[in-house]
Amino acid sequence: MKMTVLTALAMLVSAPVFAQGQVEAAAAATRGQIIDLAGSWANRLHEDWIERAPGPHIGDYSGLPINDEARAYADLYQVSMQNMPERQCILYTSQYIVMGPQNLRIEPDVDPISGAIVALHMTGTVDRGPHTVWMDGRAHPSKNAPHTPGGFSTGVWQGGTVVAQTTHLKAGLVWRNGVPHSDQATITEYYARHGDMLTITMILNDPIYYEEPFIRNATFELDPQTRVLPEPCEPQVEIPRAPGVVPHYLPGENPYLNEFAETFNLPLEAVRGGAATTYPEYGKKLRSTYKPPAKCTVYCCGGTGLTVPNTNNAACREGDAPPTP
Amino acid sequence: MVTPPKGDYVSLPINAEAKKVADAWDAAQDVVGGDQCKAYGAPGLMRLPTRLRISWQNDTTLKVETDAGTQTRLLHFGDWKPPAGGATRQGNTTAQWEMRQGRRGAPQPPPEQRFGNLKTVTTGLMAGYLRKNGVPFSEKTTLTEYWDLLRQPTGEQWIVITTVVEDQTYLTRTWITSLNFKKEANGSKWDPSACEAS
Repeated sequence: MKMTVLTALAMLVSAPVFAQGQVEAAAAATRGQIIDLAGSWANRLHEDWIERAPGPHIGDYSGLPINDEARAYADLYQVSMQNMPERQCILYTSQYIVMGPQNLRIEPDVDPISGAIVALHMTGTVDRGPHTVWMDGRAHPSKNAPHTPGGFSTGVWQGGTVVAQTTHLKAGLVWRNGVPHSDQATITEYYARHGDMLTITMILNDPIYYEEPFIRNATFELDPQTRVLPEPCEPQVEIPRAPGVVPHYLPGENPYLNEFAETFNLPLEAVRGGAATTYPEYGKKLRSTYKPPAKCTVYCCGGTGLTVPNTNNAACREGDAPPTP
Repeated sequence: MVTPPKGDYVSLPINAEAKKVADAWDAAQDVVGGDQCKAYGAPGLMRLPTRLRISWQNDTTLKVETDAGTQTRLLHFGDWKPPAGGATRQGNTTAQWEMRQGRRGAPQPPPEQRFGNLKTVTTGLMAGYLRKNGVPFSEKTTLTEYWDLLRQPTGEQWIVITTVVEDQTYLTRTWITSLNFKKEANGSKWDPSACEAS
């Protein structure tokens, strides 16, 4: 017990203090870099609006190179489990920077003497924990160190791009329809600035739930007017339930798994994910028999600015006739 | 992977005129008019399920081919000037390397250790579709792309293309997306196919 307390105290004391060698390493790494990633970055949602804003349809795993284990996990998902008071404040993990709807603020820790960037702090708004990328050459902790939603990240500069490696993640959701990643997942992130745009590429490797690395990008725009304030989570009872009730479906009992495939006339196999379904040749196979629905019926105008408020975004303007078949 | 239903404009910052055009989309009419390739113009092409084949055509021209629709884009370096004549499906593309410069006083690394990205700007485009279900872009469109080559610690390589579409005719603001392509060991999966209207 004494040893544990001492270790904890040592961690508390050492965390904000950068060792001389680490500062020198950060200074060396920073030297020659003129790309400033600091600022407030707006997420424009110009792609993947459904997945990032309202959340993907239940049973839609299309484009995800997941395996049977992940499918089995996601099939049990019931969205109302998220509003249980004990789950409302479970943070999304670091990969949510590119999978979620939030804006992003990047704040560097700069050594006042050398000017070295010692760390980059990636903060968002609600639902995602702070994510710190250490740029000072420190090592990742022991594999037995605690796993957190933000994980442990170290970064290096490759020219003007920051390349970050993240380990020690807690298990979490990749998509808000139950598609998981495990606590053995690791992430490589690339932060590349082009003018006032920042493209973040995330490659997730997960030996438990993924057949191949999963890559996703998101591009943000520098926007000082973007609101990126932390929103503390305060759990409260949203749906009264008897004590001990956890919303879920037992295997084979989720009645909504076919809904997405039926809405878009897709074969069920196509929406169940898997590495083979993410390559162009699968699209060719699919198109040979595919007949699209006559018209769009859900989320048609999401993110376009044509949306009628308080609808499911199927209609685009008041009084609009739906597109003719 | 498949053509979205008619009237699906999700994520696109389009205006009412674009919506009107998209609502009138008729794939059969495109076939009749010989316009099967309208979704294969540069602003829409790179978002189709395609493989890329990238090679140097000569010292100043990078060739980017797609097997989807069997299209060829030429990226011209140096002081290349667009030819006179009408708009084309892939337009006229100028290219430049954006190399990172060190801070003042910092030693420059040798050329083989420098990092940067490719920036291309495409104009002179024929009107076409941003999305295969008839969401339009006009001949006034400018397409700017930033091509980043990313290397994974495992050795895998990816190209990530940050894409900016400007079109005052049909967009309410610039449309910004990013795409990724994984480098394959060889060209065995290269499978050219003709344009499809739907």
